[in-house]
Amino acid sequence: MTPEEQNFMRKIEAEEKIEPKDWMPAQYRKNLIRQISQHAHSEVIGMQPEGNYITRAPSLRRKAVLISKVQDEAGHGLYLYSAAETLGISRSEMIEQLQSGKAKYSSIFNYPVLTWADVAAIGWLVDGAAIVNQVSLQRTSYGPYSRGMIRICKEESFHQRQGYKAMLSLAKGSPEQKAMAQDALNRFYWPALMMFGPHDSDSAHSQKSMEWKIKRETNDDLRQKFVDQTVKQIEVLGLEHPDQAIKWNEERGHYDSSDLNWDEFWSVINGNGHCNRQRVEHHIAAHDEGEWVRDAITAYNEKKRAKKAQHAA
Amino acid sequence: MSEAIKAATLEYTTRLGDDSVVLGHRISEWISYGPFLEEDIAYGNVSLDYIGRARMFYTYAAELANDGRDEDDFAYMRNDREYRNLLLMEMPKGDFAYSQVRQLFADVYYTYLLPELLKSKDETLSAIAAKAIKETKYHLRRSRDWVLRLGDGTEESHKRTQKAVDALWGYTHELFDMDETEQLLADAGIGVDVSRLRDAWLAKVTEILTEATLTLPTEEWAVRGGRIGYHTENLGHMLTEMQIVHRSFPGCKW
Repeated sequence: MTPEEQNFMRKIEAEEKIEPKDWMPAQYRKNLIRQISQHAHSEVIGMQPEGNYITRAPSLRRKAVLISKVQDEAGHGLYLYSAAETLGISRSEMIEQLQSGKAKYSSIFNYPVLTWADVAAIGWLVDGAAIVNQVSLQRTSYGPYSRGMIRICKEESFHQRQGYKAMLSLAKGSPEQKAMAQDALNRFYWPALMMFGPHDSDSAHSQKSMEWKIKRETNDDLRQKFVDQTVKQIEVLGLEHPDQAIKWNEERGHYDSSDLNWDEFWSVINGNGHCNRQRVEHHIAAHDEGEWVRDAITAYNEKKRAKKAQHAA
Repeated sequence: MSEAIKAATLEYTTRLGDDSVVLGHRISEWISYGPFLEEDIAYGNVSLDYIGRARMFYTYAAELANDGRDEDDFAYMRNDREYRNLLLMEMPKGDFAYSQVRQLFADVYYTYLLPELLKSKDETLSAIAAKAIKETKYHLRRSRDWVLRLGDGTEESHKRTQKAVDALWGYTHELFDMDETEQLLADAGIGVDVSRLRDAWLAKVTEILTEATLTLPTEEWAVRGGRIGYHTENLGHMLTEMQIVHRSFPGCKW
């Protein structure tokens, strides 16, 4: 180990944060860029499935809550892009990678949002799963990412509560509303579990990231936490648990559950889910349509600068 | 409050609520479609302000009506023929220039309308105006900046923005129309006499458009009818989408 590497590992072991100007292994930087940009893209693409219901929200209050949630996601995307930029990649490069398919985003957003209950289920389950992951990432070794997570977690918990409350209104509402809630739970429960990624044994990037404390807990451990916390929530809603095999295991102190459909998982990751193409095309279309606007700003600013320079001369 | 004044106030408050909900809805259509992420956030802010205003106006309207309806009944259970919003608010989102020009026209309008509404003898209307004035300051700063940048940006942005100004101009005239209801309330010191706002509005809009190197339309075409429910074809489509879930499950709580 070089003295630089030694010093880096000393900090990691002492739980000191790595900051943008500190020396870091090239692979550490690369893993972080991959993870943070993927996280940023997830926030941004995540605006679409929920945004899709803003114009149809069933009450003015729900409409306002949903708008502010989607807006928060845009804000999270911004913090995370900034955090990744401290590692030497630009936002436009990251957007290019998203649009070319080189960078991924959370697969959950490739599932269609069909009913209002799906919006509630996303707030409850998807934000709920995201929080389990993000709480753990508050202790990540990279300073800007860790600080971003602390901020984001506060807002996500609010979203999760709002989502759960919306779900509760449905589950305690009319028979049609309750059926809608059950249907959404049945469809979103499994993809939410998949958000934690493949089994630890199949996770390509996990080991090194754990060693460097980019990740603090394994995919399977985080998933188990989520499974455990969700059982009670489903009970309170009075809905049926989508996993018929769910069973308390006294010895492990956790719930046992069915294995996931990993074929589906890989198929969606590889771009073949319900909405993969639609999501990326939406992003590209909005970005392309915005090009003349971005050009206008550049042109306008240049004119202003030229005028100022003329004045000064 | 006399019955006539009360009825007029209900009608007036509903109109203001309709303006807010329709414009707020149109702005919200931009979320995830903006030219960059910061704009998605800004659109979210402005749209939330308008939805918030709509809720305050409708809540007050429901109180005045006192017939068991709530804010959502006003928003979701009336048809396009019953809506009383200004036509300008219901025009589709169009391109970015179109939405920003509409926003500028609306923001300048509220810049002059709200301080008058603040003086209303009706305490609720005055309180709503007090809150909205602060929001509108921010809205106008933003729409003004955008119109300047787009008007005086590239050839393409200039062309699009001029086209938007020309296309929307005919819908601005009715912003300053008065009818019996509004006259009654203006005379009673409750409502705003919008006909008196036109000169200030025109001067401000002219100033901004000129700085943006845009030309003020000279054509005096005018389309009117929002306040009597004689809408463009756009509102029906908008309400169909907005009301579909609410109406599909009658009487449900959300």
